Parts: sequence; C-alpha cells; structure tokens
Amino acid sequence: MNFQPLRRLLALALFSTITGVHAQSGEISLLNVSYDPTRELYQAFNPEFSRYWKEKTGQVVSVKQSHGGAGKQARAVIDGLEADVVTLALAYDIDAIAEKSGKLPADWQKRLPHNASPYTSTIVFLVRKGNPKAIRDWGDLVKPGVEVITPNPKTSGGARWNYLAAWGYALKQGGGEAAARDFVGRLLKNVPVLDTGARGATNTFVQRGIGDVLLAWENEAFLSINELGPDKFEIVVPSVSILAEPPVAVVDAVAKKHGTEQVARAYLEYLYSPVGQQLAARHYYRPIKPELADPRDVARFPKVNFIRIDDLGGWQAAQKKHFADGGTFDHLNRR
Amino acid sequence: MTATRTFRVLPGFNLTLGYTLGYLSLLILIPLSAVFLKTFEMDWARFVEVVTAPQVVATYKLSFGASLLAAAINAVFGLMLAWALVRYSFPGKKIVDALVDLPFALPTAVAGIALTALYAKNGWLGQYLEPLGIKVAFTPLGVLVALVFIGLPFVVRTVQPILEDLDTELEEAAASLGAQRWQTFRHVIFPILLPALMTGFALAFARAVGEYGSVIFIAGNLPFVSEITPLMIITKLEQYDYQGATAIASVMLIFSFILLLIINGLQAWTAKRTGRDR
Repeated sequence: MNFQPLRRLLALALFSTITGVHAQSGEISLLNVSYDPTRELYQAFNPEFSRYWKEKTGQVVSVKQSHGGAGKQARAVIDGLEADVVTLALAYDIDAIAEKSGKLPADWQKRLPHNASPYTSTIVFLVRKGNPKAIRDWGDLVKPGVEVITPNPKTSGGARWNYLAAWGYALKQGGGEAAARDFVGRLLKNVPVLDTGARGATNTFVQRGIGDVLLAWENEAFLSINELGPDKFEIVVPSVSILAEPPVAVVDAVAKKHGTEQVARAYLEYLYSPVGQQLAARHYYRPIKPELADPRDVARFPKVNFIRIDDLGGWQAAQKKHFADGGTFDHLNRR
Repeated sequence: MTATRTFRVLPGFNLTLGYTLGYLSLLILIPLSAVFLKTFEMDWARFVEVVTAPQVVATYKLSFGASLLAAAINAVFGLMLAWALVRYSFPGKKIVDALVDLPFALPTAVAGIALTALYAKNGWLGQYLEPLGIKVAFTPLGVLVALVFIGLPFVVRTVQPILEDLDTELEEAAASLGAQRWQTFRHVIFPILLPALMTGFALAFARAVGEYGSVIFIAGNLPFVSEITPLMIITKLEQYDYQGATAIASVMLIFSFILLLIINGLQAWTAKRTGRDR
C-alpha cells in the first residue's frame, strides 16, 4: 500500500449550514440578523425593548443578535437562518431575501415609515490629524498623490454607498454621466488597496497607516475617533454626500412559524420611539425624528446636502448599472 | 480470468471499503456534486463567459502560480527544517518543533492580519523593505508570503517521519564506499525522501489554492493584479450570483484535481523507480 494521505485530505468543500434554534419555553426569543457596525447600538437597544415589552404585555422576550457583512447575513437568511427580523445595510440585501426566498413580500419597505429606516447615516471622510493633504471635498480625492481607502463595492455594502456618493457628487457638478464616469474612474485610480469589507478598510487606514483619506460610514468614523483618540484623526464632511438608509424588516414567514409576528413588529416599531431614537443618536446614527433624541447627540451631526438613492434610480437599478458584472465599477476599475 | 484472491491476515475488507466509500461520499462527493449541480443550471455559453472573463482568468494565474511557487519554496525550506529537527539537537528544539504546527492552529484571518501588520509600510519589516523598493503587503508578493506561511507544516510533517526512520547506516555505508557528502545526499537520501516530499508539496499546494482568510488581508485585492480566485467566488456570492460562484468553483476544483492527480502519479512513479513500492 502506498502512503497517500492525499486521498483522505482532498476536502475542499466550501459549504456550511446554519440553523437557528429557538427556545419556546415560556420566554419568547427573537433573532435580529444585522450587519457589522450596528453591534453596539443593538446591544444597548435590546434590553430596553425587553423591559418595555415586559411592562406592556408581561411577556419575557430575549433578543439574540447576529452580525456580519450585510451580504453574507442576507445569504444566511435566504439559506435558512431563522431571523425574525433583519436590520441590514441596504435595501438591496432585504430585496434579495424577498426575491430569493419569498419569506417577506416585495413591498416590505412600505410597511414602516421613512423607507423602513428608523435611523440613517451618511458617508464622510476620515483624514489624518491636521489634514496634511488638505482634503475638503470630493474634488480633492482625485488629485494626483492622494491615496483613498475604500472597500470593494462588489463585496461590501458600505462601499456601494461610497461609490454612489462619489457618483452623485460628480453628477451634481454638471457634465452628465460621462463626467461622472471620468470622475469616479480617476478616484478609483487613487485607491491602492480594495479591502473586502468596511472594517478591513478601517484597519488598513488606521492600523496599517495606508492612505490619506478613508471613506467611511459616519458612525464608524465617530467610533474610530472615540477609540483611537481625536489626536490622530479628523472627520471631514464633504459638501454633498449620500443619505444612507439602513432598513429594517420583519421576516414574515419565520415570525409566523415562531409565532413572534406581533413582538417582532413591536421591536421594529420601538426603534422609532423616543427610546430607540435616543439610542440611535447616541450610537452616531442620525435619528429619523431628531426632535425625540438628545439635542446634544443631534448637534454632533453636521448638516450635509444629501443625495438620495432614489435620485439614482433606486437600489435595483443602481446595483445593475454599477456593481453587477460588466457594470461601471468593473469598467472604471480596470488598471 | 482466474480468481486471484490475495490472502489477508486480518478480515474486514468489505466492511472498511464500504465504510470508506460511504464516508467519502458523505463528506466529499455529495457537497462537491452540489457545486457541479448548481453549475449545470446555467447554459454552456454563459458558463464559458463567466469562467473565461479576463478578470477571472487573471485570478487563476495568480492563485495557481503563487500556490505552486509557495509549495516549491516550502518543499525546499521545509526539507531543511525537517532535517535540522531530526538530525541535530539544539536548545529549544522541542519549542521549534511545536512552532512548526502553529500555522495549522492559527485562525487564517489572524495570520493574514499579523503578516499584513508586519509587511505594511509602517510594519516591523515593511519599514525596512519599502525604502529598498520591495513592497510585500498589498502586492502579489504578499499573496506568496501568506501562502508560504500557511503551507509550511505540510512539508515538514510529511518528511519528518521518513527522515526519522532513515538509518544513518545507509549514509555510513555510502561514505565508506567512497561517496562524497553531496553524492550521498543526491543518490542515497534524496530518492528515499522524494515521495514524502512530493506528498508534502501536494498538500501545501492544495491548501494554498483554497486559502482565503489569510490572503485577503495582505493581497490588496486589486483587479488584474492581486485578486485570488476564491475572492472571485465571494464576489459572485455577494451579488447573489450562486451559479457564477459555483461555475468558478468547479473550474478551480477540476484544475486542482488534475494537478493533484499528476503529482500523485509522479509520486507513485518515483516510489516504484526507487524500489519503495510496497
């Protein structure tokens, strides 16, 4: 016999299955499948909701959280992760769940106010202390010698917002689509590293010291400054940016199966309550009803001229035009 | 045909064969056939279009090229390491021996982040390499470094036991017959080690081709420059293009399988030639 461990070790399978387990013993359990940067927000929000629900109905509810890249999380739900509610980075990901699994209706975004987004965010620039390259607006990002850090929009939801913000800025300068293509193309030429996710890009910029400016979620930029000290980085708010609406939805089929429809809906509605709005603002998300939040928290958000995703034709159209294979990103990113 | 049943001392052939086939099917064949089944949902023209897209082809070159190169580097240096560990005793040998397995145990993302921190332009090593014009992090060279790192234990651990079994008497006999040191190594020791070395090479290669976690942090992931094939698969999945993802996966699988078959064949051939076929 030959000594050939190869035959036994040829396992290259890429499959994993995830199963959600729900305890049904008197206490209700909710699974909230979310994306990366909301971890701290929901850690604070969940106990508040449990307390509210206990006072209102007497039922004990425990909320479990799952975090990861938005696309990965959406795929997990499609493949059977039993999420009662999803709170993801873009409507496109929840659209995909609706379309591929049919677990919620296609018009899910109409069921809650403000496009089902209880809080919003935007894209800002994080620059090194003193802003040595004098970066004030999008136009400064395409200058020769400026290195821009942004993740790959094909693998990162946050990066799609970055890309569309740049595109929207260029459109607003006039010159139409040709000018926008040219602008975004030049911007991409200044990107030395394309990380796969927002946290990876933050790492590259902050820990590796690569790049002059990081395109980041506003809440992530605030968190970076909090954690690393305001002596190292500054936030620059561009003249125009995109209004990022991370939406939330009840996954009907799962909630029905678990008998949690009512509490799941209440959970999301509570995000719109004063408590939910205050917590969102405290965790650097822009509350949809700023009058309910702490004015000191709200004061931290500078005024921005917003481009809306609907101005760019909505997510389905934007995805197809820019990020699908053969889209503008693929064309402009050829080196 | 005459029935030439070989006599076995221990019974259980049917049982073990059945078990082997069942186990392999469950663990390997069924998941892998799912990849191909999903691929078959697309028509041939679309399949060809997906797997031969220029950006994807560029990743094959990097993934397979860097993996072969990394396995070759590991074959050379892994052999030296195994040799040192078996033949010499030095203080801290046990610790060095344990260190070899570390790339096995370390989560790949940790390895990737550590290597990137080391080789980035502000890292311990990167700050000295960068002025010399050597960029490691965020280049194809970085991919190679990561693949060498994760593949090292395979060669050391396959060669080590063979070296341990090797009688020094063979070398003494060669020396007493007038062989020089190099001749002894070239004609006596190396042929004995070769099959194990090739197994180690094949394992290191297979691991490197499928590696994602550690590479993704150090590669920089620039299209046509430093994208690896597994990243293409993830990219397709992020677009909910399951068929495109499995199409590229099946091309990878077929490539890898053919390469491993060739290496296995070579290994059997050398084993036969050197008379170690038992």
